[in-house]
Amino acid sequence: MSRSAPSKKTRSKKAKTSGLKATADECRAWYRQLCLLRRFEEQAAEAYSLGKIGGFCHLYIGQEAVAVGSMAALREDDYVLSSYREHGLALARGMSAKSIMAELFGKAAGCSGGKGGSMHLFDASVNFLGGHGIVGGQIPLGTGMAFAAKYRRSNQVSVTFFGEAAANIGSFHESLNMASLWKLPAVYVIENNGYGMGTAIARATANMDLFHRAYSYDMEAEAVDGQDLFAVREAMDRAVQRARSTSEPSLLEMRTYRYVGHSMSDAAHGTYRTKEEVETYRQRDPINVLADTMKQHDLIDDDGLKAIDDEVKAEVADAVSFAEQAPDPEPDALYTDVYAEEGRC
Amino acid sequence: MLTLTYRDALNEALREEMQRDERVFLMGEEVAEYDGAYKVSRGLLKEFGPMRVVDTPIAELGFTGIGVGAAMVGLRPVIEVMTWNFALLAIDQIVNSAAKMRYMSGGQVGVPMVIRGPNGAALQLAAQHSQAFEAWYAHVPGLKVVMPATPADAKGLLKSAIRCDDPVVFMEGEMLYNLKGEVPSGEFTIPIGSADVKREGADVTIVCHSKTVNPALKAADQLDAEGISAEVIDLRTIRPLDTETILRSVSKTNRCVVAEEGWPFAGVGAQVVDEIQRHAFDALDAPVIRVTSADVPMPYNKRLEKSAKVDPPKLIAAVKRVLYLE
Repeated sequence: MSRSAPSKKTRSKKAKTSGLKATADECRAWYRQLCLLRRFEEQAAEAYSLGKIGGFCHLYIGQEAVAVGSMAALREDDYVLSSYREHGLALARGMSAKSIMAELFGKAAGCSGGKGGSMHLFDASVNFLGGHGIVGGQIPLGTGMAFAAKYRRSNQVSVTFFGEAAANIGSFHESLNMASLWKLPAVYVIENNGYGMGTAIARATANMDLFHRAYSYDMEAEAVDGQDLFAVREAMDRAVQRARSTSEPSLLEMRTYRYVGHSMSDAAHGTYRTKEEVETYRQRDPINVLADTMKQHDLIDDDGLKAIDDEVKAEVADAVSFAEQAPDPEPDALYTDVYAEEGRC
Repeated sequence: MLTLTYRDALNEALREEMQRDERVFLMGEEVAEYDGAYKVSRGLLKEFGPMRVVDTPIAELGFTGIGVGAAMVGLRPVIEVMTWNFALLAIDQIVNSAAKMRYMSGGQVGVPMVIRGPNGAALQLAAQHSQAFEAWYAHVPGLKVVMPATPADAKGLLKSAIRCDDPVVFMEGEMLYNLKGEVPSGEFTIPIGSADVKREGADVTIVCHSKTVNPALKAADQLDAEGISAEVIDLRTIRPLDTETILRSVSKTNRCVVAEEGWPFAGVGAQVVDEIQRHAFDALDAPVIRVTSADVPMPYNKRLEKSAKVDPPKLIAAVKRVLYLE
């Protein structure tokens, strides 16, 4: 890791809580978000096992600090895209647990009207633009949004998240080359959780320092401790500022881990990794890492942490009951949204 | 009316739409400094500058995806593929991203873009450079597939495609770029989804599109000399298909030949024949016959290549078969 803990090189623009480059309120809000992402996915897993969620369902458990830390550095009008492991990113971007859970349940009130499902979460109102199911498919899309931002001189940034396995696909390389060549305000985030489905990175990738790949394209890059929300936020802040001030792209390799299987049909451990390995990573759980920091700085005590977690559990329970009660799409929804409405073409 | 080449008609359409709407930009290999591999974009860099006429590296998947992304947030990209053969590298972005974005986002995010370039065979370019892909794209809900055969149609349809809120696969032809024809002067568009009766006739309908239109018209001329009156329907748009115009003609002539440059299996003609047999079965006096390219990769040898392609003699023979004259 080139950076863990808050970097001393970065100047905080926020009021400091001694030694922390964040306010107490910010820390509490982030802790709440981390818990929300975790509890949401736990409930999604349960609903899936009850048959209430269908299809593929890829959970984010273990990677929460990447989402929450990253979104904390973005502007509301920036563009965010992801792979199909995006529930946590969508929540952290500000989409409601209700609209996402309803989408997982396939309901009309879901963020994509029940037509997208787990892999295709969209909310144009917060510029969360998918939810893409083909590995690496969103990387050129994010590059195109950065192109649009530069074209319109809007000073927006596009941030594209993908797993480390997508760094082996052609669209990754084509996109990074053009983003650097054309100086596009794009941030590419590799969520390196160590496994592409069941294939360990060492079995798929010749140079495991994935951020080095940016250097082939004359692009700034860094590896980041993805379990440390502060490290994530500061790295993202540097990359976003670079994009905004000089219109230059960056590659961030967030080193993280998923405790659960690739999808709901995949056991957490046993086939391609050991239980011991998963337990080792759980020792640096991103939620605990933040909680410990907050406690060290006397920002919160155990009761306070529990109160936040309880609040979040209630929010997720609400989301589940909302999703359960929400109606299916109308039958004629089958044929809507294929093309623009009459007269628009 | 002006007399323009197909190439210059496309160039006018691009220029007018870029003047009309600053969200429109052109991106692709050799489109800017080289003025276009086939000179369709001649002069556009000079007029609109490098932000709107963008040369790319050879990276079809990447720059097509960049077009999709830019369209998702409100620009109007025209992505030029040097030929549709190379767009196979981009088909993931066309099919998995462009065609599906509106649907899988529940209607929130459309993709108003055009992907355009020459389709099908030219002369002796052999197997990898001589393929017609319209059936591939026309299969996909969410895409529109437009294939003009004349300069006027090229201009009017490209302008409509650029203004369309959906992704449009726009297929031209290397062998069409030098074709001259009359083009209305001034502003005009042709609606997507409307076929055109290129020649009226009474005895038989020839349904064709793109590079089979001119062979069909030539065949109709020769048939006329033999006393056979052929009606030539140019589909112009493959998806959505103008079934009404096809059926109106077949109901009149009772006989039909369907031509296309693609291969026979699951081709566009198969869809046309399906529409005819379902909706105009009682009008038919003979089975509908299809004329396609030979079911082989395109050979290099000139004679072999010629024998693989649709030409007037093959169309005439097919017409005579549906008329039971042979």
